[in-house]
Amino acid sequence: MSDKAQNTQTATELPPDPMIKGDDYAEKYGFYSAEAAKNYFLKGGKGLSHEVVENISRIKGEPQWMNDFRHKSLDIFLSKPMPNWGDTKLMGELDFQNIYYYIKPTEKSAQDNWDDVPDYIKNTFDKLGIPEAEQKFLGGVSAQFESEVVYHSLKEDLAKKGVIFLDMDEALKQHPDLVKKYFSTVIPPSDNKFAALNSAVWSGGSFIYVPKGVDVGAAPLQAYFRINAENMGQFERTLIIADEGARVHYIEGCTAPIWSSDSLHSAVVEVIAHDSAYIRYTTIQNWANNIYNLVTKRAVAKKNATVEWVDGNLGSKLTMKFPCVYLAEEGAKAEILSVAFAGTGQHQDAGAKVIHVAKNTSSRITSKSISKDKGIASYRGMVKVYKGAEGSKVSVECDALLIGSEARSDTYPTMEIHEDNVKIEHEARVSKVSEEQLFYLTSRGISEDDARLLIVNGFIEPFTKELPMEYAVELNRLIELEMTGSVG
Amino acid sequence: MSNYILQIKDVHVEVEGKEVVKGVTLDIGKGEVHALMGKNGSGKSSLSNAIMGHPSYSITSGDVLLDGVSVLEMDPNERSLAGLFLAFQYPQAVPGVTVANFLRSALMARRNDDKAMRTFRKELYAAMDALEVDHEFGGRYLNDGFSGGEKKRLEILQLSMLKPTMALLDETDSGLDIDALKIVSEGINNYCSAENGILLVTHYQRILDYVKPTKVHVMIDGKIVKTGGPEIALELEKSGYESFQPELAEVSG
Ligand SMILES: Nc1ncnc2c1ncn2[C@@H]1O[C@H](COP(=O)(O)OP(=O)(O)O)[C@@H](O)[C@H]1O
Ligand SMILES: [Mg+2]
Repeated sequence: MSDKAQNTQTATELPPDPMIKGDDYAEKYGFYSAEAAKNYFLKGGKGLSHEVVENISRIKGEPQWMNDFRHKSLDIFLSKPMPNWGDTKLMGELDFQNIYYYIKPTEKSAQDNWDDVPDYIKNTFDKLGIPEAEQKFLGGVSAQFESEVVYHSLKEDLAKKGVIFLDMDEALKQHPDLVKKYFSTVIPPSDNKFAALNSAVWSGGSFIYVPKGVDVGAAPLQAYFRINAENMGQFERTLIIADEGARVHYIEGCTAPIWSSDSLHSAVVEVIAHDSAYIRYTTIQNWANNIYNLVTKRAVAKKNATVEWVDGNLGSKLTMKFPCVYLAEEGAKAEILSVAFAGTGQHQDAGAKVIHVAKNTSSRITSKSISKDKGIASYRGMVKVYKGAEGSKVSVECDALLIGSEARSDTYPTMEIHEDNVKIEHEARVSKVSEEQLFYLTSRGISEDDARLLIVNGFIEPFTKELPMEYAVELNRLIELEMTGSVG
Repeated sequence: MSNYILQIKDVHVEVEGKEVVKGVTLDIGKGEVHALMGKNGSGKSSLSNAIMGHPSYSITSGDVLLDGVSVLEMDPNERSLAGLFLAFQYPQAVPGVTVANFLRSALMARRNDDKAMRTFRKELYAAMDALEVDHEFGGRYLNDGFSGGEKKRLEILQLSMLKPTMALLDETDSGLDIDALKIVSEGINNYCSAENGILLVTHYQRILDYVKPTKVHVMIDGKIVKTGGPEIALELEKSGYESFQPELAEVSG
């Protein structure tokens, strides 16, 4: 017995095994539930109009201010041109009239008892391992299927401490004043075309409020976003508020079936860290290769607050995502750590944005990208330091790994520094998997494919080691799928 | 099978279009330790790398047999699985890959069953203890920021865990202080058995005080110019490689 106890102790010293073999994407994540589709409670037609927006708002029984907000946002969306930067070719192929803007999968709203979720929905999440993860280590779970959250839970001790973790629709009903106070204060609809679109047709997403001094850090709250239908548009809206001194770790995952025509995922995520609060937002995106993933994520960090975006981008056809932190008050900190994997037919246009407004603020951006075969990975970064943000520190590190002679990596770093008393570090590297490393590993009996995979997983290790163990293992398996090219 | 574990038959090696090994023949019997000595640049590492299958070092003619079977058509990983091992003169750093994961992968390539892998941690720690390597090394990134001595110990740690039949040890002694040299030599001696062979590449006699060679070969400019017993190493130590130069003329002339 004492032997066993010793084993569990030493087990923590060794990192998880990255070489676990997985099934392919189609089987594990890319399956389609025809049964769920047959049972949809409500599926409108394709296309976007004020009528569609009105219907969404009416079905949800929203207050007038939200209804007005949606219509105003649609006007902004319609009046804004498509971005003239980035992958304009792929963006141009996106047909907004060929998208379903709202699918309500079940009649009832989100259940807090897993047994009450209809089987035809449960099957999908069972297969994705969500209930298992909830039991093992999560503080709360939210599961969104198409446009609506079908299940959510929060550990009792957290609820007792006043933590709120609801889907956004439910939060608007139960805490209308709190939602109204913060909603769209970080990202206005006019911010960009896709933020305007989300503002018009948003549905689902998470609302989290952590009261003063409450620490949810140890047991992350997780949301899982599942697209099932072809040509689906998923527009969740997430708002996280950590009050003074509060701590929270939120994790989101997302997957979809493999369809031949495109679907659209366009979320808006607003994060507010009050004085001395700590928020970590972790994403493991694992989209099928027909998904446009155009997401706006932005945080405000107040005095001595810390916001961390840990952003893993796998899959999708085009991802455009530049998590941002406004360092609004003295001593605020931002950490943005991202990984992007682009295979053939994929463009990962990812990066980071940090705005230093106040004194003694600090930011660190670490971007790792892997382009394989004909994949394109772009790093687009923006760091702005306002005059008066004295004593601030900026560190940017971009690392690109190319696999194959046609792989492409672009870097678009922008720095606008209007203050002299700041410390700036910037590093950018592009490398290939080295022959010498491959030989070293293969000379130990490891096959060339496994050796390459080890090197690639090693390359993103600074990212992986920030993830809870279960997600680290999952990410390594996803990388393996991408490396063997069985996706899409 | 063959009485020889490794046979190097008139091997010529080219790197970057230049011939750097110019016809080496060497037979290593089971249970034997052969020392290969020579100055920097004489072609020792080129020969070792070529035998292991490094893509930059091509064997342009000759053959290499492991236990009677030619390895020339094998990929490096196949050569490893067949029982060949090279302790590198300059081990590669692989950032982000932990020593434990690397070794686990290397072992899994040999015996891919769960039961064997459950004893992995025990085996690793036992091997580490024998080489006085801190357990904390399991979580460090492979050769990344390691000192010269740490790298060499890790090579021998791999040797003791992978249990090859034929080990090429390329200057495993260089960069080691005397205590480390003793520990590493002990590791090499523990590996020695009646079934295994060792080719110990070095340019100092020092390690031969601890690891006793069956035979000593002297290499100059891509060729073996002298073969004999341990006394040759002492002679080298005393009078240097220059004293072997005339024999070069004799051999090639
Ligand atoms: N990768 C390489 N590229 C070019 N030349 C090399 C390379 N490796 C070895 N050489 C050359 O081959 C010759 C033999 O070197 P090496 O095998 O390293 O000798 P030793 O190990 O005996 O010091 C030297 O002239 C060296 O410069
Ligand atoms: Mg050498």
